Amino acid sequence: MTDAQISQMTPEGSEIPISERGPAPTRVVVSYGFWLFILSDIILFAALFAAYAVLSGQTAGGPSGHQLFDRGHVLIETACLLLSSFTCGMFSLAIDQRSARYTYVFGAITFALGLGFIGLELSEFTEMIAHGNGPQRSAFLSAFFALVGMHGTHVTLGLAWLLGMLAQVATLGFTPRVVGRLRCFSLFWHALDVVWIGVFTIVYLGAH
Amino acid sequence: MSSSVLLGKLDWSAIPLNEPLPLISAAVVVAVIAAILGLVTYKRAWPYFWKEWITSVDHKRVGVMYVVLALVMLLRGFADALMMRSQLAMAAGTAHGYLPPDHYNQIFSAHGTIMIFFVAMTFMVGLMNFVVPLQIGARDVAFPVLNSVSFWLTASGALLLNMSLVIGEFARTGWLVYPPLSELAYSPGVGVDYYLWSLQISGVGTLLSGVNLTTTILKLRAPGMGYSRMPIFTWTALASNLLIIAAFPILTATLGMLLLDRYLGFHFFTNDGGGNAMMYINLIWAWGHPEVYILILPAFGVFSEVIATFSGKALFGYRSMVIATMGICILSFMVWLHHFFTMGAGADVNGFFGIMTMIIAIPTGVKVFNWLFTLYGGTVRFNTPLLWAIGFMITFVIGGMTGVLMAVPPADFVLHNSLFLVAHFHNVVIGGVVFGAFAGYTYWFPKAFGFTLDERLGKASFWCWLIGFYLAFMPLYLLGLMGATRRMQHYPETGWQPMMIVALVGALVIFAGILLTIAQLVVSIRTRDQRRDHSGDPWQGRTLEWSTRSPPPEYNFARLPQIKGLDAWHQAREEGRKTLEAAPYDPAEKLHVPRGSATGFVAAFFSVAMGFALVWHIWWLAIIGLVGIVATGLVHAWRTVHDIEVIPEDTDLARLIGPSPP
Ligand code: HEM
Ligand SMILES: [Cu+2]
Repeated sequence: MTDAQISQMTPEGSEIPISERGPAPTRVVVSYGFWLFILSDIILFAALFAAYAVLSGQTAGGPSGHQLFDRGHVLIETACLLLSSFTCGMFSLAIDQRSARYTYVFGAITFALGLGFIGLELSEFTEMIAHGNGPQRSAFLSAFFALVGMHGTHVTLGLAWLLGMLAQVATLGFTPRVVGRLRCFSLFWHALDVVWIGVFTIVYLGAH
Repeated sequence: MSSSVLLGKLDWSAIPLNEPLPLISAAVVVAVIAAILGLVTYKRAWPYFWKEWITSVDHKRVGVMYVVLALVMLLRGFADALMMRSQLAMAAGTAHGYLPPDHYNQIFSAHGTIMIFFVAMTFMVGLMNFVVPLQIGARDVAFPVLNSVSFWLTASGALLLNMSLVIGEFARTGWLVYPPLSELAYSPGVGVDYYLWSLQISGVGTLLSGVNLTTTILKLRAPGMGYSRMPIFTWTALASNLLIIAAFPILTATLGMLLLDRYLGFHFFTNDGGGNAMMYINLIWAWGHPEVYILILPAFGVFSEVIATFSGKALFGYRSMVIATMGICILSFMVWLHHFFTMGAGADVNGFFGIMTMIIAIPTGVKVFNWLFTLYGGTVRFNTPLLWAIGFMITFVIGGMTGVLMAVPPADFVLHNSLFLVAHFHNVVIGGVVFGAFAGYTYWFPKAFGFTLDERLGKASFWCWLIGFYLAFMPLYLLGLMGATRRMQHYPETGWQPMMIVALVGALVIFAGILLTIAQLVVSIRTRDQRRDHSGDPWQGRTLEWSTRSPPPEYNFARLPQIKGLDAWHQAREEGRKTLEAAPYDPAEKLHVPRGSATGFVAAFFSVAMGFALVWHIWWLAIIGLVGIVATGLVHAWRTVHDIEVIPEDTDLARLIGPSPP
């Protein structure tokens, strides 16, 4: 038995239930709190999804999603984001190895893919707006821009956060706090992927 | 309204020079603030306030600041209530009172908003902040700096809302700003924008505090404190904070959509473009009904602690209490439609939500019986906190019953938007949340400051609130049944006037109660030397917070306690000990407390600037505010010293015995 296991035993030798083992280590507490935050963020998206579901038919005489969306374009976008999740996983492995070099490499690739995603999304948005199909056109487009735009805002914030974290690794090194924040970042990044799967299926594949 | 780059929509017409009332009340507020600041400067107390309060991240200090904010806001909210009650006592038949409709609309909107968000909510969050870490044997909350940020964001929201009193106007749309009235087409002024930004800023604070306290309860309990050994207040706090995590994002999203409508011409809730105003009503109540349980559950927790302590008995039916709490937590998400049975969703939908609403009364009833059985056969001491609890039990049951009555859709078709409804929700919110807040305030005050509050004045205040409440709101039930609607500034029916006057008298009696609370505080501070509590346990409490000295040291517990059962402190007392058992000593463990941080205060400063700028369309200032917030975050992220090692005092070490340090 390891020391850690022994410390989880009562003097009589029976196992202490997890709920009675006392305060969790900081590492666990930080991740746990961030998980809760992500859950709340998912609920924010849920509200926007609900609004989209209610309003998606309200085109007010304007174009419908089927007429507007270019699925090929969105597929490339999706590929960027999903790939970035993979590289973000590599990023986490590099952090676990405390390898600054690979941390930068995979951080940079993740950043580039995320930036590509945002670039593609912005080009989609500007094109729609240029053709008079901005969020002011109809309730459907309001809900579309708000939902997809909210996801895009999250990705943009994630990119800024990633830059900040790389700067933290460079200046502070892999201190426990920095590593904790890096772990939160990757949770955040993967969560955005999950949300995007919802956006892709419901908004783009579900367009009618 | 014209708009300039420098000042946006802001110009001199924003100051209501032609309306004496807001100016007078604003002058009073400014004078009070100036007097306080002057006093602090005169006493050279700035360094003290800056170090010990403003930048403090100690959960006890933060909790106290929340409660102070709530008490101050109660004065503002109550001033609004008095104005409305006196207006309605006058404005019958041909008389039109002294408040023009336009102003009256702002008053009820501000009253509702302030009372719910900055009195009830703020008070409860304050109590939870102060009590929860002590009750679970933790040194602080999970994220102390974040906690201070949450508080200061709440304070920013409150400040922004109060600025609307002097600069511009407040919403005229009611406390939930229903569209389409709140859309730009019908509310072109800045009132709704003040509402929206104020609530968005404080809402972020509330959400973060919900995450913080939930993590604290789930991850930082002392060794041995399994879920079945958690004090009941902590359980209700857990339920309440889970609801915050699940419900507040809906509020943020909904208000966000309204902001997009107003600022960028979106069509979520507009009449044209395919918008759907009923969607707003659905979304806002999907937050709003859980919100009322966010408020009442911690109050239930307070009453449970108070009743057990002052009956000298363990709480009757601990397990059923926990199950009822968590049951309410879940059910609270399934009833939102009872706020708009009249929407026209059809009989089946209304029937479903009506029945769900009635079902919630069952766990609540379980709780009431548990409290009664706790009192039964106990050695009851009628201290002020217990009086609040008993007043609550009677009042809340009445309010609950009128609620179940309105859960019957056909009845609600008649009572919807009437003064009957106004009476109902004040019945539960005053009889439940406000009474709970005051019970908690008097109960934990000695823990926070080391001396008890004056009992005589406390009891007098309780009786004024109780009697005043019945006088002020029972007439409204009758008026509602007679057809009086809510939110009316004048009524033609002179027959209603006598009851409106009774309601005013009731409000004045409540006013006396508020004055007595202030007197109680002043007198108690003056005579604090006689009323010092040296034991740390003035009430013979049962839970861990009473095992520390009062006020508790900043590290709460010199060593972590080892918990062996429910009501651990009571157990220790029963066994004739004045000490808790300490958890096995970990030689690697040193005692650290978090370092103070100005992050919250500075971020809040920039948030106020940003919120104000957004209200008035002063874009450059909004950008400065945002950059300031980000910069504050970055400075914090690069901070390297996070906590300070402290040596616990011997008296605190002596409160815990166990295997001693090698
Ligand atoms: C302390 C004594 C109080 C008095 C005398 C009082 C009085 C009033 C009055 C006269 C109204 C307007 C009713 C109408 O529509 O005609 C009102 C509305 C309201 N009050 Fe109170 N109130 C009190 C405390 C509270 C508290 C403690 C809360 C919440 C925590 C609260 C929440 C509300 C809300 C949400 C509204 C509805 C505002 C709206 O119509 O948009 N009140 N109150
Ligand atoms: Cu409700």
